[in-house]
Amino acid sequence: MTSIDESDSRPELDPRSGGRTGADQTDVPESLLPGTQEYLEDPRHYGIEEGAPWPDDVPRGQNDTHWRYEDDPRGARVAELRIAFCWLITLLSGIGLAAVYVAGGEAQVEGAFLFAGFAGLGVGFVLWARDLLPGHDVIASRGGLTHASDEADRRLAVQSLGRAVEPMARRPFLGKVLGGVLTVFGVSLVFPIASLGPAVDGQFARTPWRKGMRAVSEVGTPVKPSDILPNGVLTVFPDTGEPLDSQAMAQSAVLLINIGSAPFKVLPGRETWHIGSVGSTNCLVAFSKICTHAGCPVSQYDWWTHELVCPCHQSTFQVLLDCKPIFGPAPRNLPQLPLYVDPEGYIASQSGFTEPVGPGYWNRPIEINPFTHKAVKYS
Amino acid sequence: MSSTTERAAAQRRSSRVKSGLDYIDDRFGSSPFMRSAMDKIFPDHWSFMVGEIAMYCFVVLIITGIYLALFYVPSSATIIYHGSYKPLDGQSMSAAYASVLNISFHVRAGLVMRQVHHWAAVVFVAALCFHMCRVFFTGAFRKPREVNWTIGLTLLMTVLLEGFSGYSLPDDLLSGTGLRVVYSIIESIPLIGTKLVFLLWGGPFPGTSLIPRLFVLHEFLFPALLVGLLSAHLAILWRQKHTDFPGPGKTETNIRGSRFFPQYMLKGGALMFLTTAVLCALGGFVQINPIWLYGPYQPYAVSAGSQPDWYVGWLDGSLRLWPHWEFRSFGYEIANPFFPGILFPGILFGVMYAWPLIDAWIYKDHVAHNLLDRPRDKPFRTAVGVAALAFFSVCTMASASDLLANDWHISYERIIEILQIGVFVAPIGFGLIAYRVCIQLQRTGNMIIKKPIGGIIVRGGDGAYHTLGDHHGDHGANGDRLGGDLTGGGHLVRTGGGRGGAGEGAPGGAGEAASGGAAGDEVQSQRGSGAPKEAPPGVAGGETEA
Ligand code: HEM
Ligand code: FES
Repeated sequence: MTSIDESDSRPELDPRSGGRTGADQTDVPESLLPGTQEYLEDPRHYGIEEGAPWPDDVPRGQNDTHWRYEDDPRGARVAELRIAFCWLITLLSGIGLAAVYVAGGEAQVEGAFLFAGFAGLGVGFVLWARDLLPGHDVIASRGGLTHASDEADRRLAVQSLGRAVEPMARRPFLGKVLGGVLTVFGVSLVFPIASLGPAVDGQFARTPWRKGMRAVSEVGTPVKPSDILPNGVLTVFPDTGEPLDSQAMAQSAVLLINIGSAPFKVLPGRETWHIGSVGSTNCLVAFSKICTHAGCPVSQYDWWTHELVCPCHQSTFQVLLDCKPIFGPAPRNLPQLPLYVDPEGYIASQSGFTEPVGPGYWNRPIEINPFTHKAVKYS
Repeated sequence: MSSTTERAAAQRRSSRVKSGLDYIDDRFGSSPFMRSAMDKIFPDHWSFMVGEIAMYCFVVLIITGIYLALFYVPSSATIIYHGSYKPLDGQSMSAAYASVLNISFHVRAGLVMRQVHHWAAVVFVAALCFHMCRVFFTGAFRKPREVNWTIGLTLLMTVLLEGFSGYSLPDDLLSGTGLRVVYSIIESIPLIGTKLVFLLWGGPFPGTSLIPRLFVLHEFLFPALLVGLLSAHLAILWRQKHTDFPGPGKTETNIRGSRFFPQYMLKGGALMFLTTAVLCALGGFVQINPIWLYGPYQPYAVSAGSQPDWYVGWLDGSLRLWPHWEFRSFGYEIANPFFPGILFPGILFGVMYAWPLIDAWIYKDHVAHNLLDRPRDKPFRTAVGVAALAFFSVCTMASASDLLANDWHISYERIIEILQIGVFVAPIGFGLIAYRVCIQLQRTGNMIIKKPIGGIIVRGGDGAYHTLGDHHGDHGANGDRLGGDLTGGGHLVRTGGGRGGAGEGAPGGAGEAASGGAAGDEVQSQRGSGAPKEAPPGVAGGETEA
């Protein structure tokens, strides 16, 4: 509205309302009150555009100002009290909650008061809406099946777009340059992601186990063969001379198993990897504890069947068959660690592992040199 | 609106409201928007509330989450615990784990907040799954609502990530084991797996970078994404309006229900309070994730019977069901966890994303819909949905194979073998059953339909009379293209006789309405509102019995 036009057709300005236009404050027209004829007849309350024909599927003049106890003042009063009662519960719960908090807190009581408080509020609102408020069950127009615009509007949009895009499209050279520049620049912006982690350099195939390292328990005590009774197991780590961090521990955990006199199948070339002789009462073997399926520590040993079970997905490894997977999703044997008894009588490793421990990955070697810890064979 | 005093009071209130709104409108010109917003109609079907329950769970999560974040310490630094929980006194653990112990045993109202937070997460995902099922089985994803289906799926994925990242924050033995498996799954991705997993974890597992990073994801990135996606979801919903089930007085171009204000707003608020109430009761009374019993995470220890939160069970189960295969050639290998951990969920979500296209192609249906299908009227789609649910259920069962083995006294090997067969048989079997049931329901439905139709007769602007509510049979040319699918989704009139309209169907229907059937109530109440005391011209309410 322009302000220079002072003609009579302009609505009066009310000086008290700071120049606001519109009707006198104290005299609101009838038509603003719900339930009146004008209200019911106004198509806009039923989603119908002003001036549009009244659609067949929207009943004309449906009166949605009714509410449940409209004609029953006593019922309405009771409904009101019911709602107030619900909210009273909320009030009391609030007080209770504060008291419990001050008294030191107790999860169950807090939960109970929170429950009662919120439930009182919620039920009160439901009753209020149901019993005392209008607006149920109205039918309105959606203004068509979808909000799709008509053809003229779409053409206008295409025109507007064309006005901007055409002059740009006329310069394909700039487009190409920009494309190239943004690609290079964009890629360089991504580079800092590399700071998130170190380069992969064979770490997946290496463990801290080295030639001559003693096997120590999780608290660092070296282990003698006699510490593990027949059918006993012990989780050990390499004694690198300093405390292992969690990453080294996760990668190097090894299970020492005393298989007793069970018939262990010794693979060719591994004749000296165990301690004690197969079939005698004490025979110690060592296998990586990291499941070849998804890396969980294989921790359940059934000495009766000599099976190791991974608790994550129940891969089962037969220790006597060189920890071959006999059930479950694990695809490979648990790698064996060659052992010997060092001059002081403690268990130690002859070398590192000869194959990678743990789950598979894209370029996993199938054999590594146990002394240089380099991959020697990929297929 | 009876006495003059009441009228005067209404006048006065109205004028006060007016001057308030004038103030706003002078500045924003907001009146048309406000009017149409408050007059907006929301359908009243109960199944539409489940999505809202999910939303309110999210609200509860944010509020309780902020409280927890004030006390949580996102650090893997090793400390020796000397806190209020004596059984773990003197143990070495991460600062993160200790801080969650602190929240549980020392911070006042900390335990209840934590448990409400966790329960809200569990209920949240359950509500989302239900919400998704209702959208799927009723065809609510069809044109024009495909985009919201896509956004919804992205929300679901983000929520799963948000849930899993939160579950891992306490750094307890259980969640640490879950992380170990996830590490291996990512490591198994061909070509980029090892590099990617080093970037995420900052090196070999477990390292000390992950917990602070998870905290950033869980506190900031995922919630921000969720809020953004949720806003888009709701804005689109607002613009396109809800779908609705076919029923008396409902057509493709109208919408029937309660006004946004006051009905929907108060009831929606009430639902939020009631959801919160239930979550508080759960959080107060039902213990969840007692991390002090699991102990701090140790990379070489693990406990049997460890179960993740229910909503990641299907993935864990698929890892158990996939056989011991991995593939190797030319020195490269596709490792075992890749198939059940990446490929399988990738394909599943791919199919779900594409479903609106697939559905439109199957039913040769490219027109827009506002009225929903009843599941029985689209037997094939329903069968596919049921099969998918059966499939997820079997996978989820597999994730509890060790517990089932204990309970049922069968070896866990047998359980897995049974489920490996079941994962194929159950979807096919349940899908076929669902298909048959749909067809059967269609038939029986045809015979016993005596529901009232045409609750109201309206005189149009042209002076002719129209019966509302007998347009149900023809909302779009879908159906009848595949198998036994019947034309349209209407459930009121399908036999030749019934099609005749109000004259035939109504008398029996009116009788039922009086005896108080659900549909009858609807018609009665509509009749009530259709026949106001001062009936304006042009309306003839409740004429069907005449
Ligand atoms: C979409 C929503 C969310 C889901 C599904 C979710 C899920 C979870 C879950 C399952 C936990 C583990 C809780 C436990 O074990 O006790 C958790 C922990 C946590 N959440 Fe959330 N959360 C969500 C949103 C948020 C938000 C928005 C915040 C903060 C602003 C937050 C802050 C936290 C904190 C600090 C913890 C760790 C404390 C603890 O374990 O008790 N969460 N979340
Ligand atoms: S991690 Fe051992 S079976 Fe999956």
